[in-house]
Amino acid sequence: MSFISLLWVLLLGSLLGLELIGKVPPTLHTPLMSGANAISGITMLAALTLIVKAEGNVPLLIIGSVSLGFALFNVVGGFFVTDRMLAMFSRKPSNKK
Amino acid sequence: MNLPVIIKFVIDLLAVLLLALGIKGLSKVKSARDANRLAAFAMSLSVVGLLSYYLGTSGIAIQSWIWIIIGSILGSLFGAILAKKVPMTSMPETVALFNGCGGMSSLLVALGVAIFPISGGQENFDFFKSLINEVSISVSIFVGAITFTGSIVAMAKLQGWLSTPGWTQSKVRHFVNIVFAVASLIAFFDLINGNTSSIWLLVIVSSLLGIGVTLPIGGADMPVVISLLNSYSGIAAASAGFVVDSQLLIVAGAMVGAAGLILTQVMCKGMNRSLVSVLFGGSLSAQSTASPGSGEYTNITSCSVEECALTLEAANKVIIVPGYGLAVAQAQHTLREVTKKLEQNGIEVVYAIHPVAGRMPGHMNVLLAEADVPYEQLKEMDVVNPDFPATDVVLVLGANDVVNPQAKNDSSSPLYGMPVLDVQEARTVFVIKRGMSAGYSGIKNDLFDLPNTSMVFGDAKKVLNDLIGELKDLGVGEK
Repeated sequence: MSFISLLWVLLLGSLLGLELIGKVPPTLHTPLMSGANAISGITMLAALTLIVKAEGNVPLLIIGSVSLGFALFNVVGGFFVTDRMLAMFSRKPSNKK
Repeated sequence: MNLPVIIKFVIDLLAVLLLALGIKGLSKVKSARDANRLAAFAMSLSVVGLLSYYLGTSGIAIQSWIWIIIGSILGSLFGAILAKKVPMTSMPETVALFNGCGGMSSLLVALGVAIFPISGGQENFDFFKSLINEVSISVSIFVGAITFTGSIVAMAKLQGWLSTPGWTQSKVRHFVNIVFAVASLIAFFDLINGNTSSIWLLVIVSSLLGIGVTLPIGGADMPVVISLLNSYSGIAAASAGFVVDSQLLIVAGAMVGAAGLILTQVMCKGMNRSLVSVLFGGSLSAQSTASPGSGEYTNITSCSVEECALTLEAANKVIIVPGYGLAVAQAQHTLREVTKKLEQNGIEVVYAIHPVAGRMPGHMNVLLAEADVPYEQLKEMDVVNPDFPATDVVLVLGANDVVNPQAKNDSSSPLYGMPVLDVQEARTVFVIKRGMSAGYSGIKNDLFDLPNTSMVFGDAKKVLNDLIGELKDLGVGEK
């Protein structure tokens, strides 16, 4: 893909991000932050690419693997902890008497 | 185009769509939990897409599989364990830690590509292409390193492992940070010029810059910093996308980066701080000690738990103002028991939530939800403020700056202009507090001097437990 079209992707992605979060109730600020944070762990794909393309270069394999570990720590931890927070909110309606 | 390329294209497109829907859904209470799962699903889908693409084209060596499995098992395991174990009160530092690791990952990817250029991409040398490659590698390293060290410092400060060193409050820090910034620029351009050895200079100096920028920021402003760093980690992911030529990474990173900026803006507004003053102003307490003159307390009334219980029993409407101190004392559940008793006696109970109650916006809502407080009883500041004059009793628990009338009355106060809860309008105000120490901002609270304010000294949990006992003796809530 050409650099110019990657720049378009960057621009449109940013605009999408700005549009997606318009009004957020304060209740959700913390979960939203940790959820978005989990998504930023998408660098795991870059780490995977690195490992696959390493072609037996051991130092590169190790760097890729450590990077993958950090990214997945971010992703898995982020989604789990967000789910834990949100579970407390969704419990409410069933509790109403 | 052959089949693997088409399949990957479709999967990537689907993943972007689902991620966008996920972020959108996370901003509404009803859909938030499903949206979070949707985003998680989209992420796993993207991994499947990438792996199946390589399986269909170049194939994946056994050795690569081994390292993939080692990295993913260790990372996921530690992430999951931490996410399950961490108490809700430590949410801000947990998010900071996760965030820092995301930044570290981008940094490592860029480093790996820089030290060992990936084969295949470099066969026909193209000056323009290699320039772009070097710029994106440098940006990845720069932003990734700042995100990592900044987040770790933020976490350490929130955990209380690190205090704000004195020198960071003086003007020296601006000088130091400018030196770091200039040095990283030099390393940046040196690297683009083809001098690969300056990559280590860039790593070191941008790491130091991350520390130097975060260290002077006071605890009260930390949420803004974490949110900003969260936005950075999105940018780091996007620039890593340029490094490995992945549109999906660029879109997802850009979305998180932009969304993080908006969230940062929202938080700044809630705290009445501009982003500039958060980043360059130093901590609030340092400013106020530089200009004393708020004076001593002159008219403190303290009262016993028993009096407090008697007043509560006679009330019709009670508003609770919870703050971080409540969470630290782990007293949310005890508080819930007190309010249950009051409700059983027909007393109307409402929780007033300041936009920055707790340590992050929305943190207090999570903590109260954990203690089973019905969602409808949580009222936002703008909604609840007109209700205070018609309120009999206000209970302030572990909150301080957010109920300081100075913010409205005293234009010389550093708090002036910050939105606050007008608790002093109520008939009686009880402030449950350990002692007369100042709040996060280190500023004297005029509320404590008012004639309708009584202080109940003690640990929040103990006071609330005593309160339950007193209310029981009065026969409250035993119908």
